[in-house]
Amino acid sequence: MGKIHLEKVNKCFGDIEVIPSIDLEIEDGEFVVFVGPSGCGKSTLLRLIAGLEDLTSGKIFINGQDVSNSAPAKRQLAMVFQSYALYPHMTVYKNIAFPLKMAGIDKSEIDKKVKAAAKVLNLTDYLERTPGQLSGGQRQRVAIGRAIVRQPSAFLFDEPLSNLDAALRVNMRVEITDLHKQLKRTMIYVTHDQVEAMTMADRIVVLQAGNVEQFGTPLDIYNNPINKFVAGFIGSPKMNFISVHDAKQLGAFEIGIRPEHMNISKTEGRWRGVVTVAEHLGSDTFLHVKTEGIGTIVTRGDGELNINYGDIVYVTPNLNKIYRFNEKGLSF
Amino acid sequence: MARKITIQHQLGFTLLAWFLGLLMFFPIFWMILTSFKTEIDAIASPPLVVFSVTLENYIEVLSRSNYLKFFSNSVIIAGGSTLLALVVAIPSAWAMAFSPTRHTKNVLMWMLSTKMMPPVGVLVPIYLSLKYMGLLDTRFGLTIIMMLINLPIIIWMLYTYFKEIPSEILEASRMDGAKLWQEIIFVLLPMALPGIASTMLLNIILAWNEAFWTLNLTAANAATLTAFIASYSSPEGLFWAKLSAASTMAIAPILILGWFSQKQLVTGLTFGAVK
Repeated sequence: MGKIHLEKVNKCFGDIEVIPSIDLEIEDGEFVVFVGPSGCGKSTLLRLIAGLEDLTSGKIFINGQDVSNSAPAKRQLAMVFQSYALYPHMTVYKNIAFPLKMAGIDKSEIDKKVKAAAKVLNLTDYLERTPGQLSGGQRQRVAIGRAIVRQPSAFLFDEPLSNLDAALRVNMRVEITDLHKQLKRTMIYVTHDQVEAMTMADRIVVLQAGNVEQFGTPLDIYNNPINKFVAGFIGSPKMNFISVHDAKQLGAFEIGIRPEHMNISKTEGRWRGVVTVAEHLGSDTFLHVKTEGIGTIVTRGDGELNINYGDIVYVTPNLNKIYRFNEKGLSF
Repeated sequence: MARKITIQHQLGFTLLAWFLGLLMFFPIFWMILTSFKTEIDAIASPPLVVFSVTLENYIEVLSRSNYLKFFSNSVIIAGGSTLLALVVAIPSAWAMAFSPTRHTKNVLMWMLSTKMMPPVGVLVPIYLSLKYMGLLDTRFGLTIIMMLINLPIIIWMLYTYFKEIPSEILEASRMDGAKLWQEIIFVLLPMALPGIASTMLLNIILAWNEAFWTLNLTAANAATLTAFIASYSSPEGLFWAKLSAASTMAIAPILILGWFSQKQLVTGLTFGAVK
């Protein structure tokens, strides 16, 4: 139904090579998240799959069919844009009906499908409004409605939640995950937010400078990052990297320790330091500790630790959870 | 710091605006006034503000020439050239706004540069071309010329409007399965409608008032209202009142159209300047 295969996909804008060469195999029904820092080529890759950008070289197959030179409409994909990209001059009803109208489906059938989609997305009361009269979350739902109504073989999401406020983002994240479970269709989701990536994905593609750094399940990527970039990108707060003599002692050029894999004590430990920032979230406490010798490290403790700015603390890493990297930044 | 706008300032600006407005309107006002005077009153010195109103100039002008024919020529040529220009300009502005290349800016500048050349420079080649094609003094020939003359401005205006439309919306329609013509008809045009309307109005006005080509390329059959005025100005230049009546009749339709669409026109002319 929605198997997507990329073969040596390459994209240049003029003289600038944005995507050198990507091979990727996305299984039918899978929820894949493209994640990476801004400018890493994740949106470009999505637009190449959508057909909104032309390939420079390489091939794209959808369900075994070569669509490298097909128009977007021919690819049986639906896309949700960051800016929603609703048709401002049409009502919600007409927005959702638009892909069906383009497909030449008859009016009574369109009516049935639009109403069904509106019901799923809680939009029934808003069908006669125009996008300008809706809130951000409602607009995003209309954009999703427009995508699901046609039953495409795969859905593409281009940072769909980045214009929403934090609370709404969490809600929509759950809604999209639920939708994936209901529809069982392939979804490709682009985001720079690694929390979205971790919580929503079946598998994550971590991209940097147009290259796939790692492709795997969220926990696999979290537990076994292939290199320093992936290790630093996935996980919040960021992993701490230490390259001084402590690293050598532990048999690596550089070591990485996640903030949650450290023990904090007021009396004793491996590294002594001063708290320069203390973030009390209630559920967690994040401490920025300025140590002698290894610089500032960030730690994360469960619950409230009652440690404040200026306090002296001792930090001890959990040696079983240390990541070791060689000179090239590859983990081993 | 926000500038303080005092009552004096506001009053000053209002007075200045009225003064400039009246200054620009005065020739039109005087022309309309003169058209209702007798020939003797029209040339009186000092000019008469109070006079006995007469319609004899209008009656004379209407009985002497076929106003309706000139009028219909103007409507057909101004309207026809505008519609034809839109048919050409919409796809080209669409292409330049949404799929620009390295040369798009150059193409636009080149188009605009054609407006900088004095028209008389190409009068002979165009005159001869039309002559050989048998299009001299035809409405069709003049419609084509008028369309070509105003095309650069129309493309520029539409390009500016289209630039304001987020390309993601057009991409969304492509994803939704719209073919190129459906994308333009169902998505682009409705969103650009205000812009297209003001472009159309402006172009109708430009074509309506155009005199150089009309006078040179038409004689009896395709002559427009500008030729109608001209026919009163040369042999009968001294008959101010009749000339005024003819001019008033020539500008009245466009004045009325402009009056009713002034809101559209103002947005059209200042579009993109303030946002």
